Amino acid sequence: MMTMKLSTWSRRAAQGLWTAGALLSAQAALAVNSLPGGPAVNQVNLGPPVTRIASDIQWLHNIMLVVCLLIFVGVFGVMFYSILKHRKSLGHKSANFHESVVVEIAWTVVPLLIVIGMGAMATRTVVAMKDTSNADLTIKATGYQWKWGYDYLRGEGEGIAFLSSLDPKQRAMSDAGKPEGDDYLLRVDNPLVVPVDKKVRIITTANDVIHAWMVPAFGVKQDAIPGFVRDTWFRADKTGDFYGQCAELCGKEHAYMPIHVKVLSHADYSAWVAAKQKEMAALADDPSKVWTLADLEARGAKVYADNCAACHQASGKGAGPIKALDGSPVVLDADKLKQINVLLQGVNNGAMPAWRQLSDTELAAVITFTKNQWGNKTGQLVQPAEVAAARK
Amino acid sequence: MSAVLPHPGDHAHDDHHAQPHGWRRWLFATNHKDIGTMYLLFSFTMLMIGGVLALLIRTELFQPGLQFVNPELFNQFTTMHGLIMVFGAIMPAFVGFANWMIPLQIGASDMAFARMNNLSFWLLIPAALMLAGSFFMPGGAPAAGWTIYAPLTMQMGPSMDAGIFALHILGASSIMGSINIIVTILNMRAPGMTLMKMPLFAWTWLITAFLLIAVMPVLAGAITMTLTDRHFGTSFFNPAGGGDPIMYQHIFWFFGHPEVYIMILPAFGIVSAIVPAFARKKLFGYASMVYATASIAILSFIVWAHHMYTTGMPVTGQLFFMYATMLIAVPTGVKIFNWIATMWRGSMTFETPMLWAVGFIFVFTMGGFTGLILAMAPVDIQLQDTYYVVAHFHYVLVAGSLYAMFGGVYYWGPKWTGVMYSETRGKIHFWGSLIFFNITFFPMHFLGLAGMPRRYADYPMQFADFNMWATVGAFGFGLMQVYFFVFVVLPMMRGQGAPAPQKPWEGAEGLEWEVPSPAPWHTFENPPKLDSTATRVIA
Repeated sequence: MMTMKLSTWSRRAAQGLWTAGALLSAQAALAVNSLPGGPAVNQVNLGPPVTRIASDIQWLHNIMLVVCLLIFVGVFGVMFYSILKHRKSLGHKSANFHESVVVEIAWTVVPLLIVIGMGAMATRTVVAMKDTSNADLTIKATGYQWKWGYDYLRGEGEGIAFLSSLDPKQRAMSDAGKPEGDDYLLRVDNPLVVPVDKKVRIITTANDVIHAWMVPAFGVKQDAIPGFVRDTWFRADKTGDFYGQCAELCGKEHAYMPIHVKVLSHADYSAWVAAKQKEMAALADDPSKVWTLADLEARGAKVYADNCAACHQASGKGAGPIKALDGSPVVLDADKLKQINVLLQGVNNGAMPAWRQLSDTELAAVITFTKNQWGNKTGQLVQPAEVAAARK
Repeated sequence: MSAVLPHPGDHAHDDHHAQPHGWRRWLFATNHKDIGTMYLLFSFTMLMIGGVLALLIRTELFQPGLQFVNPELFNQFTTMHGLIMVFGAIMPAFVGFANWMIPLQIGASDMAFARMNNLSFWLLIPAALMLAGSFFMPGGAPAAGWTIYAPLTMQMGPSMDAGIFALHILGASSIMGSINIIVTILNMRAPGMTLMKMPLFAWTWLITAFLLIAVMPVLAGAITMTLTDRHFGTSFFNPAGGGDPIMYQHIFWFFGHPEVYIMILPAFGIVSAIVPAFARKKLFGYASMVYATASIAILSFIVWAHHMYTTGMPVTGQLFFMYATMLIAVPTGVKIFNWIATMWRGSMTFETPMLWAVGFIFVFTMGGFTGLILAMAPVDIQLQDTYYVVAHFHYVLVAGSLYAMFGGVYYWGPKWTGVMYSETRGKIHFWGSLIFFNITFFPMHFLGLAGMPRRYADYPMQFADFNMWATVGAFGFGLMQVYFFVFVVLPMMRGQGAPAPQKPWEGAEGLEWEVPSPAPWHTFENPPKLDSTATRVIA
């Protein structure tokens, strides 16, 4: 596998030399505009804050920057003055002092006072950031390899739950090496929707490895830790779209699980909740429904593209350590339970994670799809009821 | 045996035992200078391997989209770049400096445990082969980051186990090296070389060695638990079995933060030797330098969780670690002020070692300032795991540790090889490195402030320009190091250049300048008699 990788490598390296040469000019061709609520083009400081905490952080950062710059100019002013004036080439003779208790105490105590002052400034914000009490809306954000799941636990919209993953078109652009769009790698299918001016508490956890839920405009970054819950909060000052990305290395698709928060006015939010609840009711699958092969395959193709293709590839061939599904003995096995259990429990220490968050219907559909796709022509059909039985 | 135990009968024979030649000289090396040379060449090789990985990373990040590697391989590059640079390049290089210089500086004939010294060097080779070779194992190299956080480590292939084994071996090597350094410094100083007259390089290494002995076993514990979680059904860190992934981070950073100072304290020692030599003035505040070094070392044990603000620590935890971290700025500031006071009203010249030392003070301090900014928990939460942190630690590790070591090579190189380097070439190396370093890493501050997460194989298009500059700078920086090897190191090793006088630097002080250049294979075989400052041999 490595040799194959290396041979593609040398081809790509040659291609790369050419690209590198042409690129200084080509870079200009990557036309892109700043994304409101996301990164700006060539942004050099923290972006516009949208919460009280984010503006506190920005203030702290800026004041620290000013203090550090002043010290920098002072200290290195002295050093460069000395470098310019106290040179042997100018005939400067070296003095003979090498200690001074007064000076040494002064430059220990003064910095000590400065850092205590700095700490004192930050203390209030530290306390405020941790105060997640009295939230108007509580949402659980669950990190999956590699998408986010949101469950509205308490407040208006309670019961709403959905997954939020990167637009597969953008993922394909990335692989092709030809990205475009102002929201490249930031566009998701289902953004997290919250009301403006309400305290939103985000509870984070994860399904597999540690992820981190980050929205720079809110001043929020909280690790999502499997087996544990942590929380953070924000109260957005204005409506709009705000973007972030996963901030803790979580495996190969780490760069491809963005966060998009849509902040709506109260009226719009209520309307969204009503629509979403209706939509969820309509979409809810009856787990006892008996499906035909063609319907299940069609449904499974969609589930596969959304969840499986990132690793197993659209071709079902896998890549590197990722196992191929095309021709896989587990998939071809007449005992359907084998594959059902792989999806429910995961294998190889979670290298293939458990997919319990998918519904019985989705799991049945995707298993049926893989059993009848590519070279796998088993004709086997897995009904949602079989998954439901195995899940217990 | 005869080399260790004195045999009164054949003393004459012993005095004349032939210097071993060919491969035996190196494989069976017990001479501190030979072992020091091997350490330095080894770490330079690892610097080049780690550098190639860095350039592969930068090549992929030259523009948005995946042009060269897949994200899986990209993660392997970032992980191995970190592991190889920390454990293969920086740490062994300082041990190389210690081997060469500590016996010379304290007037000892060799390191205390010459054979253990041999073992601690040769252990590096299998460890390095295992690390570098992990790319060719099934599933590729470890891809969980150099911090190898659980439970991502559970998903890694067999190369993770090879990596853990390699780290164990490197840890054993470091501990042996540290024991050797401590025993040498405490027991083998020439009469009159009291602790408070010892050169600061020996002091900083003495303190570093204690740090190493304290924390390498902690790392070994963390990775052993990872290993048993992976293979023997334990659940220390695996939440599926009731383990706590955050406990791994606590243990790792209890090692990892002192490790940061392990990689910088000896650099402080080198700079403290160079600055007085070229300012032709005694080091200002020698005693406070020693106390500041010790304070930094002690404080380094109580700040580890500032790497973990975003894990969701309780508010009191965040406040404690924030204040403790900010305290470190005080002794670090004392050091900077002392160096500048040493320069003040000196009689300075700017040969290459001095350029590196001043470059170190200037650029390292910028890394110190970003460290202060990151110490504030709220700001850290905003910037954690973004490129701001990448910029910060490269400012202190590259512009800190690496710059100081380059300064050390130019400063002591004439003593090691007996040949002066070319001053022009040294200056090209310095200015080239300084400029390209800043082109590479300065834009990363902007990227981090704008929210670009680290360890990303691909990024939103708004980050494109600064990434492009960083890549251009990285290639320039890499080329400067190749230039350094081909045009500075190789000629010196081959003896090409003006012969070095015994003391090439007018203002240099210390026992290393009391022996000829190149330093003979054996030095200070009999304890020298020192003057009252312990900087000159009087008999």
